[in-house]
Amino acid sequence: MAQEGEGGVANAPLPDGSPGRAFVQGLLRLIVSVPALVLLSTSLGFGALARDGGFSFAHATFLAVIVFALPNQVVLIDQLARGATLAGAALAVTLTAVRLMPMTVTLVPMLRGSRRRPLLEILAAHFVAISTWIEGNRRLPALPQDLRLPFHLGGGSAVALMMVAGTVAGYTLVAGIPAIVTAALLFMTPLYFVLSLMATSRSRMDIAAIVLGCSLSPVLFLLAPGVDLLGTGLIGGTLAYVIGRRR
Amino acid sequence: MAFLDDGTGGFLSLFLAGFVATEMWRWLGLAVGSRLDVAGEPFQWVRAVATALVAGMVTRMLIFPAGALAGISMGVRIGAFAGGLAVYFLARRNLVAGVVGGAALLVAAQLISR
Repeated sequence: MAQEGEGGVANAPLPDGSPGRAFVQGLLRLIVSVPALVLLSTSLGFGALARDGGFSFAHATFLAVIVFALPNQVVLIDQLARGATLAGAALAVTLTAVRLMPMTVTLVPMLRGSRRRPLLEILAAHFVAISTWIEGNRRLPALPQDLRLPFHLGGGSAVALMMVAGTVAGYTLVAGIPAIVTAALLFMTPLYFVLSLMATSRSRMDIAAIVLGCSLSPVLFLLAPGVDLLGTGLIGGTLAYVIGRRR
Repeated sequence: MAFLDDGTGGFLSLFLAGFVATEMWRWLGLAVGSRLDVAGEPFQWVRAVATALVAGMVTRMLIFPAGALAGISMGVRIGAFAGGLAVYFLARRNLVAGVVGGAALLVAAQLISR
């Protein structure tokens, strides 16, 4: 199930041997891939939004590197540009970031090697975003335990590079791109999310979580904006867990 | 904007409201994940919650879009999304075909409906 065609470097053989090679393989796997294309196009939108909101070039690239989660960057820029207080903006960002906790919880045990590397594990946690989480679920189980952490760090570095490249391009030249092209680029993100979730779903619980998550979020967005994603995760996830347990 | 007057040209404010507000959830996830058994029931439940959260973002982006995507009608968005899913399965579960095909359908439908 892990061999969806992505062409070129993405289909390079699995890494063997040294952690250094695993890092490079992780980087190459993600730099020429569907998620890279999706990230690049979403970052283009973020760069353009930052410029329109009156932020400096340095602010936009600084955020891309330190936040490493596009929806959160967009929320922060949007809030500050609308004149929200810093505390208000931070609250909106943190509500959007709650999703990263369960994602980190499920990725970290997969990265555990024979030795504990606390500093590298903190960096690995920083590199948790939807794209790296999806790719991690897809690729990591097939790798030797000790090569997973460097592979994930390589993938995270690739995503960071794409995000900065997209932000820079969006900030400097997105004005020349027709709206229909920007819309098509933005449209790739939800399609990529749902298709890769389906590609990695292994059980009835996974499928139930996808279906429930997709159908609950619009309802909760209207009923409880702000905590809608959190509610979707907790309610949809718990129901999916119960459905998956039942025999 | 007010955040620019923090003595660091806005960088300290962005660090607090961007990095700290986001990163604390990753640190919490790291602390919990390091103690969790992959085969255990709590891990399975958290995995279901994470999957539902990511799936929830899909329909939110599709039905309540931001930026240029908001300029495309709901019917075209949903139709192209369903088309992308169909292309994915017709191309024997090919991710590139599904994502690029869906985006191409969106452009085509938008140009025709204008």
